[in-house]
Amino acid sequence: MARRVFRGGVHPPEHKDATAGSAIQWAPVPSQLVVPMSQHLGAPCQPLVEKGDRVERGQVIGSVDAMVSAPVHSPVSGTVTAVAKTLTPGGTSSVAVVIEPDETQDRESFVTVPEAEDRDRVRAAGIVGMGGATFPSVVKLTPPKGMAVDTVIVNGCECEPFLTCDHRVMLEQPERVVAGAAHIKRIVGAARVVIAVESNKPDAAEALRQAAGDTAEVVVLPTRYPQGAEKQLIYALLSKEVPHGKLPAATGALVHNVATAVAIADALEHGKPLTERVVTVTGAVARPGNYRVLIGTSVADLIEHAGGLVGDVERVIAGGPMTGQALGSLDVPVTKGTSGIVALAAGVAAPAVSDDQPCIRCGRCPEGCPMGLEPYAIANHAYRRQWDAAAERHATDCIECGVCSYVCPTGRPLVQLIRLAKAAAMSKGGN
Amino acid sequence: MAGLTGRRVVGPSPHIKEGTTCTSIMLWVVAALAPSALWAVVTMGWVAAQLLIVCIVVSLATEYGANLLARRPQTLTDGSALVTGLLLAMSLPPRTPWWVAAAAAIIAIGLAKQLFGGLGHNLFNPALVGRAFVAVSWAGVLAAAPNRGWFQTLPDVTAEGLDTISGATRLAVAAADRAASGAYGFDLAAEYQPLLWKNLEGSLGEISAALLIAGGLLLIVKGIIDWRIPAGYIGTMAIVSLLFGADPVFHVLAGGVMLGAFYMATDYVSSPMSKSGRLAYGIGCGLFNAVGRFVGAMPESTTFAILFMNGLAPLIDRMSRPRTFGWVKRDA
Repeated sequence: MARRVFRGGVHPPEHKDATAGSAIQWAPVPSQLVVPMSQHLGAPCQPLVEKGDRVERGQVIGSVDAMVSAPVHSPVSGTVTAVAKTLTPGGTSSVAVVIEPDETQDRESFVTVPEAEDRDRVRAAGIVGMGGATFPSVVKLTPPKGMAVDTVIVNGCECEPFLTCDHRVMLEQPERVVAGAAHIKRIVGAARVVIAVESNKPDAAEALRQAAGDTAEVVVLPTRYPQGAEKQLIYALLSKEVPHGKLPAATGALVHNVATAVAIADALEHGKPLTERVVTVTGAVARPGNYRVLIGTSVADLIEHAGGLVGDVERVIAGGPMTGQALGSLDVPVTKGTSGIVALAAGVAAPAVSDDQPCIRCGRCPEGCPMGLEPYAIANHAYRRQWDAAAERHATDCIECGVCSYVCPTGRPLVQLIRLAKAAAMSKGGN
Repeated sequence: MAGLTGRRVVGPSPHIKEGTTCTSIMLWVVAALAPSALWAVVTMGWVAAQLLIVCIVVSLATEYGANLLARRPQTLTDGSALVTGLLLAMSLPPRTPWWVAAAAAIIAIGLAKQLFGGLGHNLFNPALVGRAFVAVSWAGVLAAAPNRGWFQTLPDVTAEGLDTISGATRLAVAAADRAASGAYGFDLAAEYQPLLWKNLEGSLGEISAALLIAGGLLLIVKGIIDWRIPAGYIGTMAIVSLLFGADPVFHVLAGGVMLGAFYMATDYVSSPMSKSGRLAYGIGCGLFNAVGRFVGAMPESTTFAILFMNGLAPLIDRMSRPRTFGWVKRDA
């Protein structure tokens, strides 16, 4: 297979040693779960239960009739104590169903997703992209007419520093990853499956090879951020660039995260809805590890289970440190897209950005940009509110990987300014 | 409940940052030049130390004063004024009168840098503007104060008609010889060793090409400068030398080529940002330096070659924009 090295990128300190060897353990059932109705890209769900209602584990508690959405299920059996607004890790507000779990929980049983055609079952199981993008999986399994998917790519790169949840899933459940990949391949009628793993996880690659036999190719890619970004991954594996403004399917490739593949296999084989996920809790916590967490568990409870914060913690991140969200409050629930909770100590966390530092034209941001943009130029235009000029420099092609801000020696808020330029371009209806 | 204590930062991603800062970059440049500067003091003594001190102190003072006048935050800690002062000193001959050096530093920081808006906004390399100012204003003063020292045995030629600011260096001698007879009056190969290690004729930055090269390689290895600029510069110098039938080794070691190629032309602010642009820019610097040396009447044309290319850098940037991923070609 033609393999390429994507342009630009960086290799930040990995910080994965603290948890790479930690087997996945169940986090305890919390005293209360707050399950947001919006855990995905697309239309938020409407709650289907009211205060006082009894719910069973796996029961649908929220859904909406929209193409791009994903229903929400109760992660426990218990009682609804409230339907109220909550903050999400993303910093937005969402209606949530608050559930008090029963004293005893059987994690092995659940209300199954009704038998149906594969795609409908994936939709009904509420599966979204678990790498963090949270795009409803069924939409990706339904390519537009005229676009044939030739290659299913299962993304096990996990290029974000600190995170090891995908690593552990690949290592502990390689056969489930392979099974999920086979389902995706069958559903979209693809010819082959490629499972991509970064070179810093040779054990995962080996486990997958054993499990896959000749049903899937396991490809080890260089450890370089953002190797796991969809466009960069497709390019690395297939030497094809996703054309500007087109879906990845335009290259004949369909990319799903490893955890998503496992969720798809569980939904199709066992009728299991998506009510839990593996979360890496790491950084400045007493007991870093990889935990299987019920959706709706609060970050505060999860951190407490991990032994609590240690020392002077400056930022707590939901997701990885390059693209995740800094939490203003720990009183937010783990959602389907929460791959990690990373506590960054002072000195590890980036210093606060300053918008009055000069660009010294060092060239690090255009060199690092995996999309071939000139971040300094777009940011300069955005800083002066020259939105059209920023759009002419292809601001909307930015994938917001954060490499430019990461490398900028004067600490300019480059990707932050580019986000403004993107938003301005989107609001004008451009692409 | 576990809470966030102390400073709580809720900023947008990314939440981690590479450690390289403007200050650390500048300090690497200082570190790379330090052996050359120290060697200058060892070989030249007090005159070299005095020049270094005057250039650096006046550069820092001018930076401080300009920020005060413009009511801008102080910027001494970014290290850029220190580098400018150091580079300026390295570009001047050791017997430069202190007041000439001070004027050059004031022009470098005050005019070339701060009047343009400070760090990041200057079109031209400040240290080179300072040196150019001296070259056009006090050429006579400088030419009258050559330091022969170790090279007393060289044929004594006048530098008349040559725009030389450092007395009759062997470059000037070579040029004069070529002009007079089309041949060199001395054996160039015999000059390699002195040029590499101990040449007391030109500026501080001409004393030891070897130390400058070592520092330049350090900057390349540390990822501070792009190899394309010095490679394009020195490579072009060598090739053009060959085309003119001159000794390429002598011509890249002599004069300001090493200081210019590794430390002046690589100044971030005044050079292009793309890789291909940097190569083109380096080649341009080498070309104009060589043209000045072999065609023009300027054997020491490094300063003006780089300043000229500084002016072209924005144009080179425009012409060497990267292709956006997913676009077939860049729309103009």
